[in-house]
Amino acid sequence: MSKFNKIFVYSVLIIASLVSVFPFLWMIVSATNKSSDVTQGRLLPGSHLFENVTNLLNTVELVPALMNSAKISIATTILAMLIASLAGYGFEIFQSRGKDIVFNILLLSMMIPFAALMVPLFRMFGDISGVLPMIGIDTLTAAVLPTVTTAFLIFFFRQNTKMFPKEILEAGRMDGLGELGIFFKIYVPTMKTTYAAAAIITFMASWNNYLWPLVVLQSPEKQTIPLLISNLGSSYSPDFGMIMTAIVIATLPTALIFFLMQKHFVAGMMGSVK
Amino acid sequence: MIPAKATENLSTEKTGKGRTEAKTMRNLKRKNAMVGWSFIAIASIMICVFYFYPMIQALLLSFQSGTGANLSFVGLENYARLFKDPTFLTTVKNTVIYLMVQVPAMILLAMFLSVLLNNKSLKYRGFFRTAIFLPAVTSLVAYSVIFKYLFAQDGIINQMLMKVSLIAEPIQWLTDPFWAKVTIILAITWRWTGYNMIFYLSALQNIDESIYEAAKIDGATPIQTFFKITVPMLKPIILFTSITSTIGTLQLFDEVMNITAGGPANATMTISQYIYNLSFKYTPDFGYAATVSYAIVIMIVIFSIIQFKVAGDKK
Repeated sequence: MSKFNKIFVYSVLIIASLVSVFPFLWMIVSATNKSSDVTQGRLLPGSHLFENVTNLLNTVELVPALMNSAKISIATTILAMLIASLAGYGFEIFQSRGKDIVFNILLLSMMIPFAALMVPLFRMFGDISGVLPMIGIDTLTAAVLPTVTTAFLIFFFRQNTKMFPKEILEAGRMDGLGELGIFFKIYVPTMKTTYAAAAIITFMASWNNYLWPLVVLQSPEKQTIPLLISNLGSSYSPDFGMIMTAIVIATLPTALIFFLMQKHFVAGMMGSVK
Repeated sequence: MIPAKATENLSTEKTGKGRTEAKTMRNLKRKNAMVGWSFIAIASIMICVFYFYPMIQALLLSFQSGTGANLSFVGLENYARLFKDPTFLTTVKNTVIYLMVQVPAMILLAMFLSVLLNNKSLKYRGFFRTAIFLPAVTSLVAYSVIFKYLFAQDGIINQMLMKVSLIAEPIQWLTDPFWAKVTIILAITWRWTGYNMIFYLSALQNIDESIYEAAKIDGATPIQTFFKITVPMLKPIILFTSITSTIGTLQLFDEVMNITAGGPANATMTISQYIYNLSFKYTPDFGYAATVSYAIVIMIVIFSIIQFKVAGDKK
């Protein structure tokens, strides 16, 4: 690289990095400042973090919202892993023309926007409420069920199963294992990295999901973290320090997952182009 | 295919047993087919129940009108209403503006950054890559609220722009119809550029170095190399990122809801948000909301076909 090129490349990358990171820095710094300092554009860390956390705990139901989000995300992730990997395995290992047709039909569901589904789903869960209030409107189960199975995850598992050494399955059959036994005792342990990548993207999507919980969860005690943040953000006299503290707390789990498991995270993303 | 292999083994081991063997083979095949179907059963049922069945319901709903649960069949009236509904037309216009401005700008930016980052002699590559990707880790609601405050009239963006004398008066980022759209576009670009960049980076790493060396020997300028080699090699990724970004933009909801709430005067409202408002904010009209839903579905299908065609023709 010539000297001029070098200066150009580095300055573009430094500016892009600054722009990308600035909102994070502002969020973290503001979480330690009081509201009036935030409005005045203070960019230095302050000493109000503890006060902001106390305010937050006193004004909103932070802990229940965290618990709701955790319950929904964990349940979604476990169910999604089970259902999608069984299907991805089934489509690839027991390949047949009929199943390939079904697979292509399932893929069509990726074209359906959630906005188009929300009204009929809301009415569907409304109908269920009359019969089985346990899984109807305003229950965590209703928040989980429609988001559990995605064609993308089935596709992701099928693609990764293509590289699975199929001879091992034969060995399992010779040892007298049943088909489910082979799946759980041989396939699942071998595909650990695929599961890790799939679990990360599913958990993050579920933790951050906004529209469906907004529609289906109505009582305040069922609120998830995105709903809580959204409500705080639309308040008329916002306490900026407190709201930024809430956002930091809400972002912490996903940021931690990203930094601890960057490799799996990117593998999960890339799964869609393989 | 495992079943074929299994039967092969059987036939080599047990040749000469004639008809009984053929029978067990058939049974085995049937059993294997059943096993295969049962593996895919739960997922297929779930997709049917939570995607296809609701879409059929939405189709039926789109021919009905009324408030709440009092619906009656009105034929194609809802579809006729679409073309006369100023709010719907505004939301389509807004969504198309986001699409035409934001998607190409972001994809070019992502490609540009990935080309810069792909330079092996670059120092701190890992740092730059992580920093630019970082926005993709945030939740849509969280970053939207942050952007709402950053771009407030007395927010830090206006303060900084005024400090460096780029502007004399604060820009009405959230309350002016033009600037509000700019804010939404800036926000989405911030959130998704790094995400898309990762796809380009991984594709660039798969391009053979020797092609570039050959181009250099032939005296190609960096710009020629970019348009004649890099862009054609990246075509599948360009197609992939533009389709996913298009579908994402057509579904845009979280950002608009939390940054501008669709305002000022519907200037930033998207189709998804309009469906939400029709169903849950205004007096609910589920029938008409379902009709608007089908408008998005049709737009997604049309845009995807166009993008496939455009990418296919240049071959």
